[in-house]
This record gives sequence, structure tokens and C-alpha cells, in this order.
Amino acid sequence: MSSQSIALSQLSWKRPSVLPGFGLTLGYTLFYLSAIVLLPLAGLLLRPAELGWAGFWHAVMEPRVLAALRLSFAASFLAASVNAVFGLLIAWMLVRYRFPGKRLIDALVDLPFALPTAVAGIALTTLYVPNGWIGQFFDLLGIKVAFKPFGIVIALIFVGLPFIVRTVQPVIQDLDAEVEEAAFTLGASRLQTMARVILPTILPALLTGFALALARAIGEYGSIIFIAGNMPMVSEIAPLLIVIKLEQFDYAGAAAIGVVMLGASFVLLLAINLIQRWSRRWAD
Amino acid sequence: MQSAASSAALRNAITEPAAVRWLVSLAGLGFLVLFLVMPLIAVFVEALRQGIGPYLAAVVDPDALAAVRLTLTVAAIAVPLNLIFGLAAAWAISKFEFTGKSILITLIDLPFSVSPVVSGLVYVLLYGAHGWFGPWLKAHDIQLIFAVPGLVLATMFVTFPFVARELIPLMQQQGTEDEEAALVLGAGGWNTFLHVTLPNVKWGLLYGVLLCNARAMGEFGAVSVVSGHIRGLTNTMPLHVEILYNEYDFVGAFAVASLLALLALVTLVSKSLLEWRFSRELAALGH
Repeated sequence: MSSQSIALSQLSWKRPSVLPGFGLTLGYTLFYLSAIVLLPLAGLLLRPAELGWAGFWHAVMEPRVLAALRLSFAASFLAASVNAVFGLLIAWMLVRYRFPGKRLIDALVDLPFALPTAVAGIALTTLYVPNGWIGQFFDLLGIKVAFKPFGIVIALIFVGLPFIVRTVQPVIQDLDAEVEEAAFTLGASRLQTMARVILPTILPALLTGFALALARAIGEYGSIIFIAGNMPMVSEIAPLLIVIKLEQFDYAGAAAIGVVMLGASFVLLLAINLIQRWSRRWAD
Repeated sequence: MQSAASSAALRNAITEPAAVRWLVSLAGLGFLVLFLVMPLIAVFVEALRQGIGPYLAAVVDPDALAAVRLTLTVAAIAVPLNLIFGLAAAWAISKFEFTGKSILITLIDLPFSVSPVVSGLVYVLLYGAHGWFGPWLKAHDIQLIFAVPGLVLATMFVTFPFVARELIPLMQQQGTEDEEAALVLGAGGWNTFLHVTLPNVKWGLLYGVLLCNARAMGEFGAVSVVSGHIRGLTNTMPLHVEILYNEYDFVGAFAVASLLALLALVTLVSKSLLEWRFSRELAALGH
């Protein structure tokens, strides 16, 4: 045994192993992680400290900032809710029904993951402007989609869809047919089976997908800035405000908004973890 | 023993009535067409709106080509670096037992939950003119932000977890038996890694690299923040699309966008193929 592996085998926090390379790989992992992820994030968290608590509070409580945050959160919530409904339908369809082209459609669901956000942004804008393919129908009804908050919701629906479908699909696949059959033999109607048996089983996955779509939507930038009007206080999303503040060299203000958004991401991450832990406790 | 009739009845019992099935299918498909298919088609229709001539001219325009070159360069640096990291992290996490493992995994997943704009913001705050290291960099005449290195760093941040996320569960599932057997037979560390571990994870690795690459080439928010938007110099393809679109050069914007859309389609097809092949491999290995 080399002297290095003898030293490593005496570490109290690591179980001894014969495989080499622990020191090297863990060391490199930690170094790379710190340099690329941890150090920059620490820089973000400490920057508003320059302003002090009062300064940070003022930077966040500016009307324009609050309006942007409200818009980002509200539009994201609405879009994630729509996705929850239709994503569930689509996931159910993909698992339970047979129809031609199912494989193609299944692969297509991942399009928002693969398509660059800027491309999605300009494509959606072109579709929803008053003389666009879809926009013209809304125009007939007198509803403006592009350059209004409604357009933002449309774009967020696009980016969030795969999260719901991909989270719920495996759970639907694992649904035990025997449980549904048992419900039937006990006299439940299909609707009752759906509501009392199937929905509670899928609920944790649905909530997780919802939270993931919500988290993604809050931070989304590229798909939105083309279709939104980007007017302050009306259709300006929080990430755009960060960019604007950076261009004005208001680093502390930008960092303050960044910290709020980071905080929201972490809260959602925590919520997802809790949902999964709760569901595991009930699963068995 | 169930008769054929009663098993058919049971099957019917756990399916929705036909009317409901049709409704659900139409609603689902309609939603997909509206939100996914139409934008995709719109990209190509708008790119070719003035015919194939202007489309090709837009694609070979010098600034567009510079953007393509820059996108490829940035991806060519960021993806391999994250690949090496992914392999190292997966080796450390899956082949050894140590405390703090789950914290490490959570930290590796962090960039996924950070907004793209915030991902770029953190690098400007660190290396920008008014950043922590700003004065030091200026004194040494090094330009990171608003130059190519900044683009690479921001791209590395957003694509950080992709390879590691694919490899860690895969290598955890495969365990340490193969590697231990190789060691017993006299192979050294590197030999074991190259000839035993790598072949075992090749499909997962390819999958992770594919996703990492797609994100690296398509990233917009993070690179937008750290780029100087200097046409021909610090614009990747997505940024170039933005510039052209804002100048009302729609054919140009959609022409470059169509290249990115083609990349997305290739990614989707490769992804499906790998998933199919991957599941066969997993089944064959008996894991």
C-alpha cells in the first residue's frame, strides 16, 4: 500500500477502500466546484452587504423592483398552473393511450429543454403579434397578447411544460393496474377511481413538477424579453431589471434583486425536497 | 381463471369511456401543437419567408459566421471541462463512502436552480470592472467580462451539473465490483478507470455530454449579461439572433435561429436514440 492510501484509510469520515484516486478526484471536484459555483455565489450573497440591511431593504422595496418581482412570480404561478393541468393530460395520454406517432410526440415534449430560449422567444413573438398566425385570432377578440403580460404567461407555459410531463410520466407508468381493478370490483366508478385512487398517488409528482416549472419560470429570461413589452412597472420581469441595473452600474441594486431571486429558488428547492420526503413516507 | 370476456371487461373498467379519451387526446394534442409545434414551424417559415437566396446569404454573413465560430469555441471549452469534472465527481461520489456526500451532490446541483441572468450576474460581480477582482484584473491587463473568457465561465456555470448528474446515479448503480476485480487482477488505477469504468458508463456519458452541449450552445441569459454584445467579437449565436431581431432583420434573425433549431432537433433525436439504446444496455447488463 502506498503511503497516500494508508493516510487516507485513517480519515475518520471516509470508509477505507482499496480503490485509488479518492484524494485526487475529491480534491479536484471541490476545487472546481468552489471556483466555478461557490465563490461566485458567495460574491453575490455578500455584495448587498455593502449597502447594509437598510440599503438592501430600500433597493428591494423600490416600486419598480417590486412590480418586476410581482410580475415574475404571478406570471410564473399562472403558467405553472396551466402546465399542471395540461401536462397531466399529456402525460396520461402518453402512458395510457395508444395512437400513431406517440414516440414522436413523446420526444417532442422535450423540445423546450433543447431549444435555445432566444429562438423560442422570437418564434413565440412572431406567432402572437396581432397579425401573427395565432395573434390574429386574439386580435379579432380584441385581446392583445404580444408585448403584454399575457404574452409572458404564454412564453412561460412553453418553457415549463416538460417539467410537469417528465415528472408525472414515470409515476403514471408505475401505477398498479391491480389497484384500479380492485376499486372497480368494489363498485367505484371510473371518476371515483380517478379522484380517490389515482390522483392522490400522482399528487406528489405533480406538485414536484409544478415547483420545478415554477422555479424555472421565475428565472426565465430569453424566451420572455422578446414577447414582453418590457415596460417598467407593467411588463418588465425581474431578470430584465437585473440586466438594466447592471448596465447602469448599479451593481448593488442588481445584486439585491439577484439575492431575492436566489432566495426564491432555494425556497422552491426546499419545498421540492419536502414534497419528496413527504411522499416517500406515505408511499410505503 | 379469468375468462377472456371478464378480463376484457376488467380492462375496459380501468379505461376511461371513449368520449373522455377522445377529449383528453384532443386537448393534449391541441395544446402540444399550439405551444410546441407551431413555434418550431414558425422559425423555419420566417427564415425562408423571402426565399432560399436571402436565407443562405444571412447564414454566410460574416457576423453570423463569427457568431457560429464563437458558439462552437465556447462549447468546445466548456463541455470538456465539465466532462472531466463530471467524471471526477462521479468517481469520488460513487466509488467511496464518506460523510457529506449528499451535501456535495446538492451543491453540484445548485446551478440548476439559479436563474440564467443571475448566473451571469455572479461573474460580473466577481470579475467585472467594479467586481471583487476587477481592480486586480485591470492592473494585470486581463479582460474576462465582456470578452470570450467571461462567456466561457458563464457557460461553464450553467452547464456545470449536466454530466455529473447523469454519471453519479449510473456509477452508483454499477457499484465497485468491476473496479475491485480489475485491481485484484493487477491493473493500476488509470488502467482500471480507462478500460473498466469508462466503457461501463459510455452511454450515460454520451447522454450527459449531449445535454451539456445543447445547453452550452443555446444559453442566452447568462452570456447576455457577461458579453459586451460586440458584433462579430463577443456574440454567440443566440445573442446574434437577438441583435438581428431588434434591428428588424427578421430573415437574418430567423436564419441563425433555424440553425439553432436544427441543433435542437438533432439533440432531441440523439437523445431518444441514446435513451432507447441505454435502456437496452442497462437491461442487458442485468442491473
